Amino acid sequence: MSTDFARRSKGFRAFALGLGLLSLAAPLRAGSILVFAAASMSDALKSAGAAYEKRTGETVEFSFAASNLLAVQISKGAPADVFLSADDKQMDLLAAQGLINKATRRELLSNSLVAVGLAGGPLSVSSAAGLASPEIAHLALADPRAVPAGVYAKKYLEAQGLWDALAAKVLPTGNVRGALEAVVSGNADAAMVYKTDALISKKVRILFEVPVKEGPRIDYPIAVVAASAQPKEAGRFLDFLASKPGLALFKGYGFLVPAAP
Amino acid sequence: MDTLRIFVFTASCAVVAVLLALPAATGLGWLLARKNWPGKALFETMTTLPLVLPPVATGLILLDALGRRGWIGAWVWSCFGADIAFTEKAVVVAMGVMAFPLLAGSARAAFEEVPRRQEDLARTLGLSEAQVFRRVSLPLARRGLLSGALLGYARALGEFGATITLAGAIPGRTETLASAIYSRLQLGQDDSILPLLLLSLAAAFCLVWVSQQWLRPPRGAR
Repeated sequence: MSTDFARRSKGFRAFALGLGLLSLAAPLRAGSILVFAAASMSDALKSAGAAYEKRTGETVEFSFAASNLLAVQISKGAPADVFLSADDKQMDLLAAQGLINKATRRELLSNSLVAVGLAGGPLSVSSAAGLASPEIAHLALADPRAVPAGVYAKKYLEAQGLWDALAAKVLPTGNVRGALEAVVSGNADAAMVYKTDALISKKVRILFEVPVKEGPRIDYPIAVVAASAQPKEAGRFLDFLASKPGLALFKGYGFLVPAAP
Repeated sequence: MDTLRIFVFTASCAVVAVLLALPAATGLGWLLARKNWPGKALFETMTTLPLVLPPVATGLILLDALGRRGWIGAWVWSCFGADIAFTEKAVVVAMGVMAFPLLAGSARAAFEEVPRRQEDLARTLGLSEAQVFRRVSLPLARRGLLSGALLGYARALGEFGATITLAGAIPGRTETLASAIYSRLQLGQDDSILPLLLLSLAAAFCLVWVSQQWLRPPRGAR
């Protein structure tokens, strides 16, 4: 009985040792820059990253989430080299704490808002006022208290005088892709997201677009993080994104490029 | 490929976390089971907190201490120029802290089961306290210690709240099975979730299976 147990115990030791060795073999990544970017940028920025790697041989890694969450992580010391936010507020928060290199900051892109429903779904809504109809029981928004896409949507709906009627059926999500996902999974009847998000998914259709002039101004500022260990490499990637081929790529995904000042 | 890398990373971090926490947890378990000292109840309560606190709260406390501007984090940064928060070290720390109460609790129960008579007998035969611990208490408590280690490992493997708060979910750097599933769900990357789910399921199945094999009470005992 005792030897039986000893044998098993040996097995456990070998198992633990094996996994321990595996952990030593885990790769230490150095030399590649880390970009923290708004969730809405994920598809476009990944292909921009791939194009950049092909062109320069330098590797770029990404962490996509809601801009407000990324800003908090950077303020707590997360090792980002570049921050691409979906609104100026989050970038301003970091700038006020001296956490970004202000000289590198620029407005990279803009976007517009749309409302989406399930592709092939029964919704007949085609205007903002229609969102109040009982056809829509749940309206998914990126959390309007903090996440840029939700903050923009709330601002627009308030300007339209619709917010009070809609607030009770808002389903808040962690980031804008979460709102899109809520429609795809059937947990919400409609969502307000960026036009670029709607264009990515074949499973949703656009109910109506918010004309750029009627909606709030949407800015995507980008900057090198002050604590970056590789500010030069980070700056080069930023230059590439703002270059003609970089911007052309974003246009292809439906982003708006602000006119040169 | 990505899925496999995330799995290996998570499993390795959990192993390292348990191996690092185990000696301290075993020592503490023994002290709790065998000794009385002032403030014992308070200390025991403190080390059990991570079991009861919302994991996100535990993560936030750790982040405030270990972040670059936290008191431990700032000290480590000035001494070694290294970050803890949002690195793989943070994953290990979060997992270790969350597993610790389970390890210490199991160790305490295991040492309490060891008959005091056997320890006393060893003492009458001239063994020192250290020898009694190593040659009598520890071997007799090993089943409980092992089951505690497995329990702690399982907790570490699936840990989410403290890990994502302290380490974030940076792809290729600090993303674990749990946080990878969560962030993919959030970002609507459905097709890459299924392999992660299947792998989690397989890992959980193996862990439960193995623990049942190892921890089955010895034939003929009690």
